[in-house]
Amino acid sequence: MILPEFGHFALILAFGLAILLAVVPLIGAWLGDRLWMQMARPFTGLMTLLILLSFITLTLAFLKDDFSVAYVAGHSNSLLPWYYKMSAVWGGHEGSLLLWALILAGWTFAVSRFSKALPEDMVARVLGILGIVNAGFLSFIIIKSSPFERILPNIPPDGADLNPLLQDFGLIVHPPLLYMGYVGFSVAFAFALAALLGGKLDAAWARWSRPWTTVAWAFLTLGIALGSWWAYYELGWGGWWFWDPVENASLMPWLAGTALMHSLAVTEKRGLFKSWTVLLAIFTFSLSLLGTFLVRSGILTSVHAFASDPDRGFYILALLAVTIGGSLLLYALRAPVVKSRIGFSERSRETFLLMNNIILVTATLTVLGGTLFPLFAEMAGKEVSVGAPYFDAMFSFLTPLLVAFLCVGIFSHWKDTRPGLLKRQIPVPLIAAIPFAFLIPMTQGDLAFMPVLGSFLAVWLLFATIRDISQKVSGRRSLWAGWMKTRRSYKGMVFGHLGLAVMIMGAALVSAYTIEKDVRMAPGDEATLGGLVYRFERLAHYEGPNFISDRAYFVVSSDSGRQIADLHAEKRRYVVSGSIMTEAGIQAGFFRDLYVSLGEPLPGQDAWAVRLHIKPFVRWLWLGALLMAIGGALAVADPRYRQKARAKAPASAGDAEAGNTAVSVQEGGQA
Amino acid sequence: MNRVLLFVPVIFFAILGFVFYTMMEHDPSELQSARLNQPFPAFQLTDLEKPELTRDQSALQGEPMLVNVWATWCPACRAEHAYLVHLAEQKNVAIIGLNYKDQRQAANEWLVKLGDPYRFSIFDQEGRLGLDLGVYGAPETYVVDADGIIRYRHVGVVNEKVWQEKLSPWFPAISGSGVPAS
Amino acid sequence: MNPLRSFFLSLALSMIVGTSLATVDVYEFSDEDKYERYKVLTEELRCPKCQNQNIADSDAQIAKDLRQEVHRLVEAGQSDDQVVSFMVERYGDFVRYRPAMEGAMLGLWWGPVVIVLTGIPLLVFWVRRRRQADAGSIERGLDDQEKQRLKRLLDKDEGDRQ
Repeated sequence: MILPEFGHFALILAFGLAILLAVVPLIGAWLGDRLWMQMARPFTGLMTLLILLSFITLTLAFLKDDFSVAYVAGHSNSLLPWYYKMSAVWGGHEGSLLLWALILAGWTFAVSRFSKALPEDMVARVLGILGIVNAGFLSFIIIKSSPFERILPNIPPDGADLNPLLQDFGLIVHPPLLYMGYVGFSVAFAFALAALLGGKLDAAWARWSRPWTTVAWAFLTLGIALGSWWAYYELGWGGWWFWDPVENASLMPWLAGTALMHSLAVTEKRGLFKSWTVLLAIFTFSLSLLGTFLVRSGILTSVHAFASDPDRGFYILALLAVTIGGSLLLYALRAPVVKSRIGFSERSRETFLLMNNIILVTATLTVLGGTLFPLFAEMAGKEVSVGAPYFDAMFSFLTPLLVAFLCVGIFSHWKDTRPGLLKRQIPVPLIAAIPFAFLIPMTQGDLAFMPVLGSFLAVWLLFATIRDISQKVSGRRSLWAGWMKTRRSYKGMVFGHLGLAVMIMGAALVSAYTIEKDVRMAPGDEATLGGLVYRFERLAHYEGPNFISDRAYFVVSSDSGRQIADLHAEKRRYVVSGSIMTEAGIQAGFFRDLYVSLGEPLPGQDAWAVRLHIKPFVRWLWLGALLMAIGGALAVADPRYRQKARAKAPASAGDAEAGNTAVSVQEGGQA
Repeated sequence: MNRVLLFVPVIFFAILGFVFYTMMEHDPSELQSARLNQPFPAFQLTDLEKPELTRDQSALQGEPMLVNVWATWCPACRAEHAYLVHLAEQKNVAIIGLNYKDQRQAANEWLVKLGDPYRFSIFDQEGRLGLDLGVYGAPETYVVDADGIIRYRHVGVVNEKVWQEKLSPWFPAISGSGVPAS
Repeated sequence: MNPLRSFFLSLALSMIVGTSLATVDVYEFSDEDKYERYKVLTEELRCPKCQNQNIADSDAQIAKDLRQEVHRLVEAGQSDDQVVSFMVERYGDFVRYRPAMEGAMLGLWWGPVVIVLTGIPLLVFWVRRRRQADAGSIERGLDDQEKQRLKRLLDKDEGDRQ
């Protein structure tokens, strides 16, 4: 029998190891002591193992319904199916923080495993810095948020149940993916700080950081998309993004991380913008930490925030002050200020990627400003809100700019691009996209500015990408054969950009052409929406494992009477907590979703207020995100990262070589 | 590049951290009244106990008073009721009731059963006056000064602590302390 | 024409409900345009009592009351601005998700626009000027100075460990 105390004890040991990891290798790197530096890997392994054990202990406590543990009693119930008992581990503040720590340790461990080719002092510094972050979070768990605290002697007979909102597949997977992304940026952060500490801010540093950043970014993309999808089907009002502080907290590191990926490309390939890229790496992970703070301190009002607790807030704030404040101070003191010669023109790929960075960083700051503005206003004694109308307006301005620069910059070369080349390449996709800008919205309804603009941007981006591929592979037998010959990193870029196009198309069309209707319906009633007939067939009552449900069956048919879809929408009441949940009835389609949700029962025989939706292209939002994540995976799978890992040559010399060859081989290549 | 520029991010962060630090203890869900320092909104509603009597805003003048928004469907109102009776009877605080979206009979029965701390209660069945006041949930308690100006709003239960710290300063004749400078 | 009254009957239900319950009212509108305006207005007004939710999505009693009020005002022929200022007068600026374009909020609205629209031309200008100062030379890869520095650092590191 493994006791919760064991889990707590393992955490304390892990904290001790994190401290050792934070101290010993960094001193070793400073003194140049090999033995001390080499301690980084064993410390990391042991720390990760201990956190894993602690996590397993907590999971077992959930599976065995050990309600003497306060956290289990608060977030589980004996009636809960086993898979929700597992995911309930991260269903509350304490456990989700433990998951955070586990994932952080996992990334630390991955760095220690896949860094054989790196110089020893670099590895020591990177792991040491990750050790500091680990120590910070472990101390927070142990002191302020232990999930292992007991309720003794009055053990509750049963638990209070997991929040029904979280009893869902999407929420089993969403937090781990999101944390993989958030926390993954800690690696780029650690590499950046290690480079600052070591004074070796070179192309090699950027090359090491790139795959880690890309993987973290791909996870974050999936995590955010999954959260959006979950909100769409679970919250029952058909929205997919609410600009809630919690969502913004995940969007900010994503935007900054996107900028970072592009900036790392320049730093790796051309050795430029080093100070800027380092700052972005710090900025990106700082935003992840800031998000954690905003969600858990209760300083902002949000739909999904954890229970607010200023005490915890102060602790995380202190952690932020040390990690973010410390790293920014280090940056201010150590970042290179060498005025290097500027080897590129205003038409070069470097310049276009800088413009990408300006727009993405502005977008990040816009989200940050909009999220925090109410707090600043409150300090000045005013209460204001900043919500969807503001963010929508800002992003309808920034996104077109971003896409425009992308569609031009995609044809640019490193250092300089002949004006003739740009003049030849740019107009074709641009002009070809114009008819589609009108044709696509016309299939959905009346023309309006936003859907026309959105369709135009999406199609322009698609055409520009295709033209770029065809340029790149000219000389091959066919476009397809040429495409198959391109590097994986190039394919990754193409997928990423196409993902953006798909997402823009989805956002533009679903926002403009969603139709919805609120109607009163009783079994047997029919309602028409968008030329389709929704018939409320019958109402059934059934009991799930821990809830009772009213389930309404709908049949949707076309004008001609052909049956298109069977939908069932539910209203569930979870017995233990008494909360009521809406399960929307959705028929997912590539071009449109049919969506029915139940409101409230109305007087009259089985009458309900019913909301009917038709949501065109809504799937494209998540499909776009999926394409982006695939792009990230492809980019990381590029053989050049593996070649390096296999290199047997003395670490640092080999890397310097790799860095230099990369620069010369990649000329005219792709980011 | 100038090294001084590199300090911009850390300074920016320090300011942000300071804001977080000062705002940590505040409760974001607490809302100021939009009617603060404005005259009590005009109304014409019947008296709760005497339906034939019409009340209007002119009745809320002449001395500082509390206007307490209450209803029989509101459990927190029941929780504070005894303390309101205590304020009215022991400290002679002028309290006007605003019976909000309620049933007349139920409300009158409640006052008979639990005691009536109110000089009179305004019967706002439709919630129109509540809306004009910016009420977003019962109970709420407003301080209206002798000129009929709204000076303070408290959302939630009134108890000894709330009276001492938030409300009594507006009643110098009762508490003996002066009106806060603000 | 009075189904909304009946909604108060479901008050008991709403009191035990968390934030997640989707709300569906059944209002009737005299024309389509008014319905569209009602939808936008209820989406842009914030529920004063709830955690961050608009009055269209929220299930709180006050949100229902305010929806009813928006319906009444829109049907009475009030403009969007009139409806919003009606709410702001009673519940403060807090209720508008679209911050007013005035005072410090001007910075919020125009800040991003100004940053991007000055940042990008400035960047182009800076690149041009710097390059002209460098006599238009376009380097290949890392410049020599940097290569040397990189090599020096790596060598030094090699030395450190021996």
